[in-house]
Amino acid sequence: MPRGYAGKFLEVDLSSEKIKDTTFDEEILRSYVGGRGLAAKVLWDRLGEKWQTVDPLGPENLFLALTGPLTAIYPGARICISGKSPQCNGIIGSTTSGEFPSELKCAGYDGVIVTGKARSPIYILVTDDGAEISDAKHVWGKESLETIRILTKEVREILEKKHPGVGKWKEPAFIYCGPAGEKMVRTAAVMQKVSHGAGYGGYGAVMGSKNLKALVAKGRKPLPDVASPGAVKILWREVDKQLSQRDRTWPSAWGTGYGGYDVGAKSSSEPVRNWQEEWHDEKSFGGPKFDFRYWVKRYWSDFNCSASCMKLAVIRTGPYKGTITDNPDYELQAYLGPNLGIFDPGKCIYLSALIDYLGFSGINGPNTLAFAAELYQRGILTKDDIGFELNWGDVESFEALARKIVRREGIGDILAEGTYRAALKISEMKRVDVTRYAVHVKGVEIGAHGTRSGQDFRPAGYACSVQCGDHTSGVYDAYEDMRMVFLDSAVICSFVDQELLWDFYRAVTGWNTTQEEWNRTLGHRIIHIQRAALLFGGPDLVWDPAIHDDNPPRYYEPLPSGPYKGKTTDRKTVDEMKKQYYESIGWDERGIPKSEVLKKLGLDDVDRALDKLRK
Amino acid sequence: MLVPGVEIPHLCAQCHDYPCVPSCPVNALSVSNETGAILVDKEKCISCGKCIDACPGNIPFLHPSDNKAVICDLCGGDPECVKVCQEAKFNALLAVRGGRENINRKLFAQTPEELTEDVAVNLYGEKAEELL
Repeated sequence: MPRGYAGKFLEVDLSSEKIKDTTFDEEILRSYVGGRGLAAKVLWDRLGEKWQTVDPLGPENLFLALTGPLTAIYPGARICISGKSPQCNGIIGSTTSGEFPSELKCAGYDGVIVTGKARSPIYILVTDDGAEISDAKHVWGKESLETIRILTKEVREILEKKHPGVGKWKEPAFIYCGPAGEKMVRTAAVMQKVSHGAGYGGYGAVMGSKNLKALVAKGRKPLPDVASPGAVKILWREVDKQLSQRDRTWPSAWGTGYGGYDVGAKSSSEPVRNWQEEWHDEKSFGGPKFDFRYWVKRYWSDFNCSASCMKLAVIRTGPYKGTITDNPDYELQAYLGPNLGIFDPGKCIYLSALIDYLGFSGINGPNTLAFAAELYQRGILTKDDIGFELNWGDVESFEALARKIVRREGIGDILAEGTYRAALKISEMKRVDVTRYAVHVKGVEIGAHGTRSGQDFRPAGYACSVQCGDHTSGVYDAYEDMRMVFLDSAVICSFVDQELLWDFYRAVTGWNTTQEEWNRTLGHRIIHIQRAALLFGGPDLVWDPAIHDDNPPRYYEPLPSGPYKGKTTDRKTVDEMKKQYYESIGWDERGIPKSEVLKKLGLDDVDRALDKLRK
Repeated sequence: MLVPGVEIPHLCAQCHDYPCVPSCPVNALSVSNETGAILVDKEKCISCGKCIDACPGNIPFLHPSDNKAVICDLCGGDPECVKVCQEAKFNALLAVRGGRENINRKLFAQTPEELTEDVAVNLYGEKAEELL
């Protein structure tokens, strides 16, 4: 096993309750690294041939939680969640931060691969002694704070019993799904800590479909050996210094929330009322209004990271008393603020905490809420359909709707399918096309960065991305984009300085991989596999690149207000960029990866499979 | 972090009466003259865990690799953890130097549960009760 890796992956088949260790050849690891890359490889190898027929919410889908060689060693540890996505029916690498990946590596595992479906709710406990499946009926249906409280206590007691007299146990770490995931809501996130979600992809629903409430890890072993410990020590110190000696502005002191002013007021690309506008004059909604009133802890980080982009927000008095959450960060500020017509930071904190407690993705879930509110505004959905009035800015109604979605009750059952699927259903129901109000790319609701003002995201950034609406993986060109693919595969945070990244990677693994090799070859393999899976799609939705490699219709409406009033995404530019991107990444004019490109990269099996689509 | 958002450093506070030292049946623990820190003689330690019980904060633990007691030795007087914390300007950790007799160190020897409760009440008020 190469260095930087704990050495084995845990494979659990929930249907037969069989647990075993799996390893991968060094060549596969060198090529696909871990996280998003390895997930794509594993998913394609195991499900590729029958991809179109695999139900993402069925027992044949895989649930993957994978770390990478840099996880917990390079500052900014994350874990990558993947599987066949119930949103886009392709493969999305969705990452979340916290202590789970480091605990997992210390327990001796680089990742967990879950197959099958448990008969009743369970959780998987991973420790130095291996893994076991435990009953989770008592936490099924519980919101995040309660889940954390019960499982922390329970697992500490189990550990103390197993290893008596060794002293106090530091708490275990979890990834879990909230009530939304349990009910297979397609906008459900895989949660970590109280408010850290792997949101894009809808993998919370995959956990729910497997009756898997949580993965719990506690390791007491050291982190894996690295190839050159001396070099890693020096490099770590350098990276940490860059982080800790940043000029205490963004994001160390202020979190990403301060971006709200840049994106909302200055560059005019923050969603307002389901993207009907992208500008508001609530000066610095994302700034001191949160900071001065609600933050009780300004510097907060996960293990091994001094970036401290997390802030602890607490509401102590008033109707929303007792709310605890992180930040909220920019995306949640936008999606649970202006995009719902809310311009009060207290209300925004309350709703973002609620969304986390229920286990929604903070981007995807609220996108659907705003979509429903626009339909109400337009009179397409009525009070009778919803059960109550759904006016912009009405916190109580949005809370009620979110809870209705989690219970899959009435209109909630339709909205639980995510914005695009709900739009299709409501269009049919109401005999009016509402898909033009759905802001998504290939079933994945878009992050809170618009393209219309031309000041923020690139016009074709979302349209051609294999991660669809993911705002962290917008495409630019076939070379530079591979950086994000690497971060998701080595599984580290994109907020950490990266000048020394490749030296660090070589010092940890002992491989001679260069940035050039990654950006020209290795990264491309992952993109092509993700693209192939996306093109096959199924079973319920299939994407046609000619139609679906595009922005949502809303992005072509002119901005109605603000400094960039009248501006919109230029369709010609989008088409040109799309063409350029296809060419540079090696896809034909229909958006299908070219045969010669795949063969050159050694992806013959992907090439053979795509023959079916080329006809 | 037993309660979300409440991170607790759980370290030896160097009590004035050092209850762990006499609790050791094999005299493996001693107090450093220079720093006042507890020193563990790993050769002598028999992994009985009595020092953990004797400590008002259950702070010592047995190291997973050799099963011997671990108690902070202040890195010989200049603790590394304090250095990185200061370097990063978080100032969450502080080495209390000198004037040993005037500082009620024992008050800081608490279990993680006790420390968590106090900090949680500070941060969350009544809500802390629900979380504990």
